[in-house]
Amino acid sequence: MLFSYIKGIFKGVGTLFTGMGVTTSYFFRPWTKVTQKYPENRKELKMVEAFKGEVTMPHNANNEHSCTGCGICEINCPNGSIELVTMFLVNEDGKKKKAIDKHIYHLGMCSMCGLCVKTCPSNALAFGNEFEHAVFDRTKLTKVLNKEGSTLKKGVE
Amino acid sequence: MSENQIVTPPKDIDLDYQDYVINMGPQHPSTHGVMRFLLTLKGETVDNVQPHCGYIHRGIEKMTERLTYPQIVHLTDRLDYLSAHINNEAVCLCVENALQIEVPERVKYIRTIIDELNRIASHQLWWAAFGMDMGALTTFFYGLRDREYILDIFEETTGGRLIQSYNTPGGLMNDLHKDFQTKVKKFIKDFRKVLPEYDRLLTGNVIFTERSKGIGYISKEDAISYGVTGPSGRGSGFACDVRKIAPYSAYDKVQFKEALYTEGDTFARYKVRMDEMWESMNIIEQLIDNIPQGDYAAKMKAVIKLPVGEYYQRVEAARGEFGVHIISDGNKNPYRLKLRSPNFSNLSAINAMAKGHKIADLVAISGSLDLVIPDLDR
Amino acid sequence: MPFDIYDFSSFTGWIDASLRAAMSPFWTIFTEFVLLGVAFLAFYAVVGLLLVYAERRVCAFMQCRVGPNRVGPWGLFQTVADLIKLLFKELIHIKKADKILFNLAPFIVIIASFFALAAIPFAKGLHAVDLNIGLFYVMAVSSVGVVGILLAGWSSNSKYSLIGAMRSGAQIISYELSVGLSLLVIVVLAGTLQLSEIVELQRDGWFLFKGHLPAVIAFIIFLIASTAEINRGPFDLAEAESELTAGFHTEYSGIKFAFFFLAEYMNMFIVASIAATVFLGGWMPLHIGSWDGFNHIMDYIPPFVWYAGKTAVIIYIIMLFKWTFPRLRIDQLLTLEWKYLLPINLFNILLMAFLVLMGWHF
Repeated sequence: MLFSYIKGIFKGVGTLFTGMGVTTSYFFRPWTKVTQKYPENRKELKMVEAFKGEVTMPHNANNEHSCTGCGICEINCPNGSIELVTMFLVNEDGKKKKAIDKHIYHLGMCSMCGLCVKTCPSNALAFGNEFEHAVFDRTKLTKVLNKEGSTLKKGVE
Repeated sequence: MSENQIVTPPKDIDLDYQDYVINMGPQHPSTHGVMRFLLTLKGETVDNVQPHCGYIHRGIEKMTERLTYPQIVHLTDRLDYLSAHINNEAVCLCVENALQIEVPERVKYIRTIIDELNRIASHQLWWAAFGMDMGALTTFFYGLRDREYILDIFEETTGGRLIQSYNTPGGLMNDLHKDFQTKVKKFIKDFRKVLPEYDRLLTGNVIFTERSKGIGYISKEDAISYGVTGPSGRGSGFACDVRKIAPYSAYDKVQFKEALYTEGDTFARYKVRMDEMWESMNIIEQLIDNIPQGDYAAKMKAVIKLPVGEYYQRVEAARGEFGVHIISDGNKNPYRLKLRSPNFSNLSAINAMAKGHKIADLVAISGSLDLVIPDLDR
Repeated sequence: MPFDIYDFSSFTGWIDASLRAAMSPFWTIFTEFVLLGVAFLAFYAVVGLLLVYAERRVCAFMQCRVGPNRVGPWGLFQTVADLIKLLFKELIHIKKADKILFNLAPFIVIIASFFALAAIPFAKGLHAVDLNIGLFYVMAVSSVGVVGILLAGWSSNSKYSLIGAMRSGAQIISYELSVGLSLLVIVVLAGTLQLSEIVELQRDGWFLFKGHLPAVIAFIIFLIASTAEINRGPFDLAEAESELTAGFHTEYSGIKFAFFFLAEYMNMFIVASIAATVFLGGWMPLHIGSWDGFNHIMDYIPPFVWYAGKTAVIIYIIMLFKWTFPRLRIDQLLTLEWKYLLPINLFNILLMAFLVLMGWHF
């Protein structure tokens, strides 16, 4: 009875010391720190390629994108965060052709499911790595993805 | 409310003259979200716990009725966000089974590996938060520190850290990152060294064992009748591992032990989760080198329409059995979609567990159930 | 002895003499009171803020973090910034709170820790009062703090606060016993309650070593019991952040909360000082037997450095407790006291009395 009482005390105190050993060992090993100093390391901070920061529409050097304005992304978006404003262009042959006027993207509604990027038939959309999206005004989260004066890439149907 | 208005207690609990009613939550450090426990105390002793949920109800089940099946997948991320990938998989499996599509072997392997990584990540966070509920604040940082490596692996392949949306009916969104295998192997090698440290810090600690052993007992029969599944159920000896009972994906190709404890107390539930982390690492090690080559997705129609009928698929999420029940009327969106979330059933047992224990024990018990409130409210 | 070069009694004596020469005895006393008050206030503020900073740094290091690092060099002014923030925060008026007690409670807590500070010898001749019952006095006044905690919980008109206060009442009253008894072990060995005398007696060896096993046991028990007495983890049941949100000070805000916060850290400092003074020889340098060269070098380290170093070690240990262990439950807390610490303590006193009687100590 008394023996088990004393044994219990020693055993208990022993387990406490092993626990303190873990924390103390980290205390004296400052190189195990994992904190990243965020605003300072902005330059080195590189997001991985696949990171889903926002939906973007890549443009090439001639300010051309590959969005045909088919509207599949708009249909596939579960949150209604993509709106397409289309127009009809008349090409050289005199045919009317559908093209985008504005590809509106509501970042505030987007849940990064990736369906628009995946289903786009002409690979016009891609995920961007930008992650600092904080703004003071909600309306700033609504973006127009196609750049001013951009045109459809040649050969994309 | 006027100065002297007397607040009448809810009618469905009997209150004594001496009862001390406390609202634990909706904003409380240990409810891990917006959950409210209406406690009736006798001194420090808990007499009755009434969980009040619904603070984070988003109507996901209703929302799914206007969405197509690929769109539904990303909503299940938002249920139990700590086992997002496993939830995704449940919906995808359900749709695939309904359409009787055979997904490529590669997809099955990758899904299983990521499932298990997700389970480890979830259990790490649980360990971290459980320690913090108990008052050992340092565990929180160790758990989150190690979880970060898994999230980095996820991010590289899926593009998301917490909610990945990596599954899609028929397969995966994109192929694995080329470093995936080496990184996972490195993580497992490192984590095998870190896990004993967890044990040294918390499992062996005499204060911890004293506070968790014999607390929150629930018998196997009660666990079954309350529907307590997952690690919480297995702590009571209820062999409810869906991976064993009804293997899906690549679980029929791997050997692993189902962690079972019969004590039914907080410590047993704790041990089950600690053992599961070891087992998950075993599963991953068996699969990681044998990922077959092939496509990362099966060919699917652009618009998925399920045949008329009812389909149910269950998977083992990190907290228990997660089920998806789809009733289809042949349209591109489900007629009704019911989600069986593990947390809701697990929570229902909390009154039986906590009755007669102290307030501090209630915190430990709700910690050992590993509640994720958005999963509970849906 | 060489370390008497750091004797502060001549310095304080000189101040006293020059003041007496300049003015009447009443005004001398008055001026000395004011000087002391200002000195202690400054000391209190500086040490309190430093300790808050130290705690945050220590726990950050244990948790693989960096800790405060933004305000000032190495984040040194972080706590100052926090204090300024707390000063400007609104003092929230609590409906149906007992206004007088509610406002009085933080002051009681902070005054209790002020009282105790007075008797602690920082170096030879550097203490405010050298009572012949110094140890008894420190214990007596430091337990006044619990009244403040009880009042805070009672008057807040909050259920969480009340539970916290009741817990703290049960806890401190029990652990007071263990603190007293473990110090009594050393009093038996030293034969005096005067703190300066106790330090002086450790000239040739600290009581921790002089008293053999009983002193070591007493030291460990003192560490545990005093951690409980100052309401720190793993005995922070009165606050119990994960159970009672913030326990007895849930309803406090602004500077009143800061008072509780500072008092907690100062109590930790006082407890560590007492442990250092009673068990580790206070400001006495470390002397090892007949190593004269070593002892001589040690003597040249100023006594307040010794004192601060020893206190810092004890404070580190108390912080280590908090950041490693899970919190105890209330019944386990009382079990630990009444079933473990108290019997061991009583037995320990007997053992020490026997040792002293037989003259087996150094």
